[in-house]
Amino acid sequence: MNPIELKYTKEHDYALVEGNIVTLGITDHAQESLGDVVFVELPEEGAGVVSGKSYGTVESVKAVSDIVAAISGKVVAVNTQVLDTPELLNSDPYGEGWLIKLEADDLSSLESMMTAVEYETFLASEEH
Amino acid sequence: MAEAKRTPLYEEHKASKAKLIDFGGWEMPVQYAGVIEEHQTVRTKAGLFDVSHMGEINVYGKEALGFVQNLITNDASRLGDGEILYSPMCYPDGGVVDDLLVYRYDSEHFFLVVNASNTDKDYTWMLGQVGNFEVRVDNVTDRYAQLALQGPLAEVILQPISNIDLSKLNYYTFRYGEIDGVPSLISRTGYTGEDGFEIYVSPEYGRQLWRKILEIGAPEGVQPIGLGARDTLRFEAGLPLYGNELGAEISPLEAGLGSFVKLNKAEFVGKVALEAQKEQGVPRKLVGLEMIGRGIARSHYPLQKNGEEIGFITSGSFSPTLNKNIALGLIRADLAVQGDMLDVLIRGKTVQAKIIPTLFYKRSRVEEQVAKSVVRKLEVKYHTSYGSSLVHA
Repeated sequence: MNPIELKYTKEHDYALVEGNIVTLGITDHAQESLGDVVFVELPEEGAGVVSGKSYGTVESVKAVSDIVAAISGKVVAVNTQVLDTPELLNSDPYGEGWLIKLEADDLSSLESMMTAVEYETFLASEEH
Repeated sequence: MAEAKRTPLYEEHKASKAKLIDFGGWEMPVQYAGVIEEHQTVRTKAGLFDVSHMGEINVYGKEALGFVQNLITNDASRLGDGEILYSPMCYPDGGVVDDLLVYRYDSEHFFLVVNASNTDKDYTWMLGQVGNFEVRVDNVTDRYAQLALQGPLAEVILQPISNIDLSKLNYYTFRYGEIDGVPSLISRTGYTGEDGFEIYVSPEYGRQLWRKILEIGAPEGVQPIGLGARDTLRFEAGLPLYGNELGAEISPLEAGLGSFVKLNKAEFVGKVALEAQKEQGVPRKLVGLEMIGRGIARSHYPLQKNGEEIGFITSGSFSPTLNKNIALGLIRADLAVQGDMLDVLIRGKTVQAKIIPTLFYKRSRVEEQVAKSVVRKLEVKYHTSYGSSLVHA
């Protein structure tokens, strides 16, 4: 199940909002369709991230995927654990497999993201 | 595009929830449990592959041997009945049409196994080479389901349901036999770097055999394996893949397959060009690469030395066995020096890699014996249930 407290994009990224700090990651569906994740590339702390633009890369054995930012902001934390242990994205995408934390420029762009319920509906519609 | 073809095992793959993809016009399973798990299953136990998409072509006739000799770069005259060899098949300019296995039934009948995505092209090419040879060339791809059981336990798992002594079936030989009572061409070959068998049966028996092998192998951890792990397995073992390490623009000498090009045999297609290339020295060489910087080199990524482009990646992946990121690359021959560093261009950034031998993984016979001995007890059990007369018939 996709956690109720998160917001989701059609690109299968999620965002957790805590004040003006936003944690970004990829959804369970994303890791499932990627397969075994073997490499993660993320920006460094202090770097700027732009909404709609790629901020990193996730690679499975067979596929390379850009991770697209759902919101603009400055990177305040990077999950260095996933750089060394990329399989955390498979085992715990919503927990230990988070990717970066941003200090958001403007939280309003999150309003266009889906709720967990909307995302489930979207996933169901994508399957058909 | 034409509708994807399906193998006789399609329903089995669907039922086991495999992830299916289009591969060379075939709807094939790319993974079941996950690429890494499947990969390790084959390296440590045994895995079952549906390779029914492979192309099979029969060559019959008085001049079958001569025809095959003209077609391929390796020397088929050295084959006895029941023996197999691997060979590139070249264009006159030395580029590769395909790489294939050549099975010799006898001097008037050869069975050629080619890559799925090249079958139609190869068949057309072969027909075009018939000329004055007294042969008949038939594309018989649809007449077979092909299963591959690969891994150190392949023999002990298959023996109890086989009516031939598999321990006497040497590497790169084949025989007719029965597996689970199904008439089979049993071949000790594979594309994983492990011991194993490739089994050709009539399509209607495909599902029965697939289920049977998974059933009797289940206690040993046998699993179905998809094309994803097939690729990482062959890649670790330094086995070339057509379209990556081989192609119309890459000669077998450049790809490091010189030992399968017999320039001392009489006339064959591509001989003149390959001779010239050997005399002048190959312009490019295939090298192994180990990533030193962070990143995975993927097919077609450019390779650089001091900012100058010197070649490209042909295959690259995380290696589950070595737990490293490795790659194969085709680079300027004069720069192919073991231990030297070069740069892979990954998304606009250069990442350092070291040149290493292309054989990344070689199976250990000792480990194989240990793995087998663990299962011997089980074999005894199955001998009993199937009857020893069948096993040693």
